[in-house]
Amino acid sequence: MPVEVRLPTVLRPHAGGQSTVSANGGTIGEVLNDLVASYPAMAGQVLTEEGTLHRFVNVYVDDDDVRYLEQLDTKVPDGATVSILPAVAGG
Amino acid sequence: MLQLPAQVYTQIIGHCLSGLPDEACGLLGGDPESGVAVKCYPTHNEAASAKLYTVPGKEFLHADRDAEAHGMAIMGVFHSHTHTDAYPSPTDVAQAPDPGWHYVLVSLRDVLPMLRSYRIVGGRIDEEPVVVDGEPEPEGSVPGGGQ
Repeated sequence: MPVEVRLPTVLRPHAGGQSTVSANGGTIGEVLNDLVASYPAMAGQVLTEEGTLHRFVNVYVDDDDVRYLEQLDTKVPDGATVSILPAVAGG
Repeated sequence: MLQLPAQVYTQIIGHCLSGLPDEACGLLGGDPESGVAVKCYPTHNEAASAKLYTVPGKEFLHADRDAEAHGMAIMGVFHSHTHTDAYPSPTDVAQAPDPGWHYVLVSLRDVLPMLRSYRIVGGRIDEEPVVVDGEPEPEGSVPGGGQ
């Protein structure tokens, strides 16, 4: 099932300027891998070379942070929205 | 250039002062390309520190949704420096999340808050002019203050 993926401004240039794109998958890992397959320039910014979630990126299924769920194994229900946002911090 | 409505400017300054003794932070909604800010989204500082700040992810998520619903985008972040200049720290530069954003620093070191804005691209820091309601930002003062 395709799900809606909301992109942060920093990733939009890699998707032709779109703020929302469609990706397939039943888990966050599958959705992100499908996203990177469609838009390869996002590769190093969303997932690490080892295939884990990049530490400076937060991913949500609707309102829930996947780091507090099952990380990349978190299930994405039909009709859910996946949001990707950069971590914002400093000193 | 960063354009701030007076209301947004005073919200930023007020939120930074209310966060003392810790750093305070928040997000700006508007148009990243033109640099026109429309809305201030004050957030908690998850780091609860006088030296570090972290915008809670869920507060960013909600601000992002609100901005999009109103035809805006999150265009930048602001935070305070409680005892140092309004200039990005090495941590700020290393963790700058978006080269298209505007990075607003508020120094609370002196009696009057000092607000400055920067672009941070590939580790390079460039200060940009700040205009408050069409007027250049007064040196170290709040608009309407000192009357």
